[in-house]
Amino acid sequence: MKFKSLAIFLIISSFFLTCILSIWKIMATLQGLNFTNLNVTAVLLIGILLSLAFVLIGNKLNHLIKILLLSFIFSILYFYLNEASPYWYLFGVFLITLFFTNKLKKYSIQSLQEDFISEKIIFDFITLFGIVFFAFVILFPFYIMLVTSFKTQIALLVNPLDFSIDFTKSLTELFKSYFVIFETYNFGRYILISSAVSIGTVIVTLLFAIPAAYAVARLNFFGKNFLSTSILIIYMFPAIVLVIPLYTVFSQLGLRNSIFGLLIVYTATTLPVAIYMLQGYFKSIPKEIEDAGIMDGQNWFGIILKIIIPLSLPAIASVALYVFMIAWNEFLFSLMFLDSPKSFTLSRAIQYLSGDAETPRQYLMAGSVIVTLPVLFIFIYFEKYLVSGLTAGSVKE
Amino acid sequence: MSDSLSKLEKRTAYTLVLPAVLLVFAIVLFPIFANVWISFKDIELKDIRIPEPRAKKIVKSISENQSELKIIYKLRNSSLIQEIRNVQFQDKFPTNISPVNLDPRCNFQSKKVVCDFGNWQAKYRENFEIILQNNNGEIIDKKIIKSQKPILSGKADNPLLTTNFTLENFKKVFYENNFVELLLTTFYFTFFGTIGAIIFGILAAQLVNQNIQGRTYMRGILLFPYVGPVVALAYTWTLLLDPNSGTLNALLVNFNIIEQPINLLGQKYITMSILGFEFKLRLALTTVIFFEIWRYFPLAFLFILARLQAIPQSLYEAAEVDGASPIQKFIHITLPQITAIISILFMIRFIWNFNKFEDIFLLTGGASGTRTLPINVYQQGFAVSDIGMGSAVSIVIVMLLLSFMVIYFRLIGKRANEV
Repeated sequence: MKFKSLAIFLIISSFFLTCILSIWKIMATLQGLNFTNLNVTAVLLIGILLSLAFVLIGNKLNHLIKILLLSFIFSILYFYLNEASPYWYLFGVFLITLFFTNKLKKYSIQSLQEDFISEKIIFDFITLFGIVFFAFVILFPFYIMLVTSFKTQIALLVNPLDFSIDFTKSLTELFKSYFVIFETYNFGRYILISSAVSIGTVIVTLLFAIPAAYAVARLNFFGKNFLSTSILIIYMFPAIVLVIPLYTVFSQLGLRNSIFGLLIVYTATTLPVAIYMLQGYFKSIPKEIEDAGIMDGQNWFGIILKIIIPLSLPAIASVALYVFMIAWNEFLFSLMFLDSPKSFTLSRAIQYLSGDAETPRQYLMAGSVIVTLPVLFIFIYFEKYLVSGLTAGSVKE
Repeated sequence: MSDSLSKLEKRTAYTLVLPAVLLVFAIVLFPIFANVWISFKDIELKDIRIPEPRAKKIVKSISENQSELKIIYKLRNSSLIQEIRNVQFQDKFPTNISPVNLDPRCNFQSKKVVCDFGNWQAKYRENFEIILQNNNGEIIDKKIIKSQKPILSGKADNPLLTTNFTLENFKKVFYENNFVELLLTTFYFTFFGTIGAIIFGILAAQLVNQNIQGRTYMRGILLFPYVGPVVALAYTWTLLLDPNSGTLNALLVNFNIIEQPINLLGQKYITMSILGFEFKLRLALTTVIFFEIWRYFPLAFLFILARLQAIPQSLYEAAEVDGASPIQKFIHITLPQITAIISILFMIRFIWNFNKFEDIFLLTGGASGTRTLPINVYQQGFAVSDIGMGSAVSIVIVMLLLSFMVIYFRLIGKRANEV
């Protein structure tokens, strides 16, 4: 029993260490280091030795001294087993090992005899591994997007794995792609259009949604239940089935290639979600507060303006941000409706740019960074609102 | 008293709701019904403009005599397929100028030439001439004549509103469009995309729900793919996966994991052999499914995490006392608590994946075996320019969606209210 759990502990822990070190090596390769071998078996073996040494030493040494010593020895072994590498890389290896041995703190010969210890070990390391894995998988494309925008076409062709950023270059050199897309490809205009459409959509949607949500939440009228179910059903319906009729009708009305046309469509498609999210919140406002308003002789307009809106500002903010993000990210309708570069939104402009096979990829990525940054900033800054909004109102793409 | 109050309440409610309802009706519901209409028509992209009579005015001098001018109107029907009825023509001229030998279809009165051209067939063209003469014998100013634009009017049917219907589109959808493969690809994509997103969602939620440092940061980071703009993310992935200079292939070749770069987005099949069994994997489709999972597992994660955090800790403590293992805790406590949310997520994601257009369009454009129903709507309607056919495919999508929804509300609808 003891050996089984010890074996599981050794294998799982060193497997975890190998994974992190491999990711570190891949990241270092992308900085232009010339590694061609992941050396998985060797790392796995010295990882097992490290874990074994850790549990064997147990409490005989102070924990801090123990992990420093073990990590140091491990780094030296790693250095001899692998290709030549610069000191900063080895220092990274040392820090990773330090972090790893520190995580091993709660394991000792005694603790390996507890109930279900093998399952616990697996769960522990899968958790750690999972976090590293998910963070890597999620952030890696964003990282590539960002660094590519700072490279030049030639540098990328010479070595497609070298993503190191040369900070000795002047700022204008470094941000060259950004200057180019603003000067040659007119991205300033597209940013303005995208912002105008998105902010306009937010305002118009709120103007329509707040009264409607109030009526659904508070008033009794014929067809109310029907309305609230159809809201749910409507937002299950995809944009792709609306595209052909809207395209034909908008063509005949001359609304294609116009920001106004886009605004109408965005508003109509975000309204159901907005109403659904808002009415949920309005229902949670105590009715007594409104009754006081009615006593004061307020009409519905006054009640909404003076009581409901001030009380539900957080919900309105989350709906507004949410609608903004939908409108900003929207692609299908802008693809269908906008043909002329004069009225492109950012997403459409990037797609148009990519249609030309000659466009260097760093321009494409610079454009992508520009369209991504605002939403990520908004998201990080207002995460709390957005997350509660997302979960409260179910979700629309 | 209360009766009039409830009347007032109703009236207020309708005023509040009406603007939103009308807008949604016009932009969302109306097109769904309009699709039915269009799908029974033989109509192409170039036909959707209403035909109108057009005229181009050319002014020419005749010989030396500057007091006479010839005007040529190049008349045409803008439509190639439809006639225009009862075309009326009108052009104005300055004082003292009158036409000579006017065409019998026209007459001249109070400085205006008014013509009745009757009906114009499709593709109709005519060079119509008027010779002008100045009654005083003075020179006619060409510029003034040129600056006056003729006014034409005529009656034409809106090609969308005519009542000739055909079943041709649906025949083509079912028999000439590789319909079975289309449907299979769509279901393959939808099903695996949904299942994958939910499995990764459960894993991620389970991880973040542990007591680890930086839990909120982790939650934020995990949602990045979901909130990022699809255009930027799809192009980044195309760049990563590119066979010639993409990072992923370069890395794999560099570390000798593969010998030749793999065209992950451009190759329809890849032959794999596992345990001696050879089978063909739909490579491009699988890659697109992975992108889909990457982009949408955060949503599943968020919902499942919210549910996990609501499970009372005492349940786990009690299980601990009873000596339950971590796996037993997961199976007997966690899983029953999240089945409801998982079934809802499954249906929502299933429907949305079923309708997914942008992701596939941006990654492969529907090539290499990634053509799904929504991609087909675009291809038929805009690449092949057959609007009627595109609408017919849309109708197929709507029908399938409606049946999913019926199943959903029958099976899970009641449970949805409990959550």
